[in-house]
Amino acid sequence: MSPATLAAARAPEHRAAAGFFRTYLYATDHKMIAKQYLLLGLVMALVGGFLSYAMRWQLAWPDTEVPGFGFVGPETFNVLVTNHGTIMVFFVAMPILLGSFGNFLIPLMIGARDMAFPRLNALSFWLLALGSAVVVASFFVPGGAASAGWTGYPPLSAKTEYTGVDWGLNLWLLAHAIEFAAFLLGGVNFLTTVVTLRAPGLTVGRLPLVIWQQATAAILFLLSVGPLIAGAIMLLMDRLAGTGFFLPERGGEPLLWQHLFWFFGHPEVYVVLLPALGAVLEVFPVFSRKPIFGYRLIVWATLVAGALSFVVWAHHMFVSGMDPRLAMPFSITTILISVPFALAVFAMLASLYRGSIAFELPMLWGLGFLAMFTVGGLTGIFLGSAPADIYLNGTYFVVAHFHYTLISAVIFGGYAGIYYWFPKMFGRMLGTRLGHVHFWSTLVFFNLVFFPLHWIGIAGMVRRIANPLQYDLVAPHQWINVVSTVALFGLILSQLVFLLNFGLSQWRGRAAPGNPWEAATLEWTTPSPPPHGNWGDAMPSVERGPYEYSVPGAGRDWLPQRVGAAGAGGRS
Amino acid sequence: MSAAVHAHAEAAGAAARGKVAVWWFLASEVMLFGGLISSFVVARLGGAAHAEPGQLNVTVAAINTFILLSSSYTMVEAYAAAERGDRRGMRLLLALTVLGGLAFLGVKAYEYTGEIAHGFTPWAGPFWSFYYTLTGLHALHVLVGVVLNATLCADARLGLGRPYRVELAGLYWHFVDIVWIFLFPLVYLS
Repeated sequence: MSPATLAAARAPEHRAAAGFFRTYLYATDHKMIAKQYLLLGLVMALVGGFLSYAMRWQLAWPDTEVPGFGFVGPETFNVLVTNHGTIMVFFVAMPILLGSFGNFLIPLMIGARDMAFPRLNALSFWLLALGSAVVVASFFVPGGAASAGWTGYPPLSAKTEYTGVDWGLNLWLLAHAIEFAAFLLGGVNFLTTVVTLRAPGLTVGRLPLVIWQQATAAILFLLSVGPLIAGAIMLLMDRLAGTGFFLPERGGEPLLWQHLFWFFGHPEVYVVLLPALGAVLEVFPVFSRKPIFGYRLIVWATLVAGALSFVVWAHHMFVSGMDPRLAMPFSITTILISVPFALAVFAMLASLYRGSIAFELPMLWGLGFLAMFTVGGLTGIFLGSAPADIYLNGTYFVVAHFHYTLISAVIFGGYAGIYYWFPKMFGRMLGTRLGHVHFWSTLVFFNLVFFPLHWIGIAGMVRRIANPLQYDLVAPHQWINVVSTVALFGLILSQLVFLLNFGLSQWRGRAAPGNPWEAATLEWTTPSPPPHGNWGDAMPSVERGPYEYSVPGAGRDWLPQRVGAAGAGGRS
Repeated sequence: MSAAVHAHAEAAGAAARGKVAVWWFLASEVMLFGGLISSFVVARLGGAAHAEPGQLNVTVAAINTFILLSSSYTMVEAYAAAERGDRRGMRLLLALTVLGGLAFLGVKAYEYTGEIAHGFTPWAGPFWSFYYTLTGLHALHVLVGVVLNATLCADARLGLGRPYRVELAGLYWHFVDIVWIFLFPLVYLS
């Protein structure tokens, strides 16, 4: 039996009068779960943003009282860097880009009524919510929150007396464990849905690229997180059961943790990046009214980059004291991995080339992603090469580099997706005036925060120091820290503009039509917002690829994927 | 579509979805044990993590291996019985599988007791750290399998008419078995 008939066999559920609990808390509808993930991600982004505010204040004006936070000092500074990183990667980027986008888009774009396992889906979300609660709670236990860096390197993290943090670090590990379980179950659900519930005619060669990216991200996560879970078990055993996996004085090996961590850590970068890249790949054809350039090329580039991401991890460890003979092969694989990404970037540029570009907000964010990600990609080539990395490792150059890659993905790619799918998700158009303020101020302030950090990194300022004025090397460049911090205030305020716009548009926004952007993929053939079960009584079937724009001789400038959808018109 | 046909299509779809999901889940489990086992192998090659001859009870562990392998066989037969719709056979074979799992855990507990009595605790050295973590994580997986199989055995309606549920539990149970097939030579014989 084909997947399509299976999908059709699952009748739509009729429960118009579901109560508050069923609708908002124990929700199994993938669209509601997507909203839950989005809300959780945005709330945790406020937490992570607040930590970055306290951290940057301390760097600009060391050891002064931070308004609204209090005195920072070295110990608290370590808590701030650790939890800022953890929260932003695991509790903001992944919930929004995978949890929210993946849940919302996969069933709608492949023509299914819901995910393959709706209740498992709800379990994933609530596990993640529990993990978020645990990480926030870790701030309030005796000894404070984890302070061993977001990478949790032992021996620092393996013994309480090294950091003075006891249960904070155990809870930090526990929060990770819960988060991993949540996304493992989520990833299994994503992949099963994509494999078994596609509409008739939706061959893998006709899948929208964002679905390819989501599925690849799910595979990367599933296959990379195991060793880190193993490492986390060993670290927890070291802390609680007295074993010595990572403690040299008990015959252990601290470097082992770094291998296990980065074996996960590098694929994790792409777990976050690919869904954002996918969102931008959906936006570009719609707002340049052109088919995507090199569909197959992009799919292969994604898969090759995903495979290569498993053999680059030791480039994070060039100065860790590992066998130096490993530096050369890992430099080579690292520089090799820029090839598929460069291909993807060129394919995106070629998709824009001579298109009729409409500078709507999703497109602006998409272009912002392309520009900012390229900066991050280029500095990555510096760091991937062992000789340059030996100088730059652990400096603010690295901080600037990964914020250009991760923020381009999470903020620019994420907002491209949010602005693009907001009408479908909430049935309202997102306000454009505040939207333009949000985009341009974010673009300017983001660069003002992070570009100068390249310079201060080259000048020698290293990460995780609480008071740069203590170092004669760095003190003359302190103005850079001040500029960066002041710009951060602007960056945070710009995001508050977004939240304001988000809230206002929920009830004052213009009602969204079914297909406001005249896009071809399946989700735009449903009403905005789609009803429970998505498709009413008529399950969709698909007759062409996802990016049929400006087809010569067609009546309109786009041909919907869905058989018989309005606008599919023949020749004019 | 008649109700019977509808139910049949629904079950076939659920079987397909379940199988895809379990295989992906097992892939991630392979990486979990893979990470831990490779860490052990690296430490072992570095010379730090190994047991002296006579510290481990190889004979008892070999018997335990035999018990676990036999329970995989009863699992296969339980699935065959479920496919035939043989309610009694399925329950009996699932019960035997559960007993096999419990016997394995009992023998493991006996081994742990003896080792701890001789002072080989988890903090007695790198080998013992790995030994308890590897076999302990595996034992947790055995326990989960025992609970799954016991549930299917206690409520026969779960498996009858939906034999794919027994098949899925079987996939997991065989995986747990295969992990032990890697652990036994690596931990006890190397």
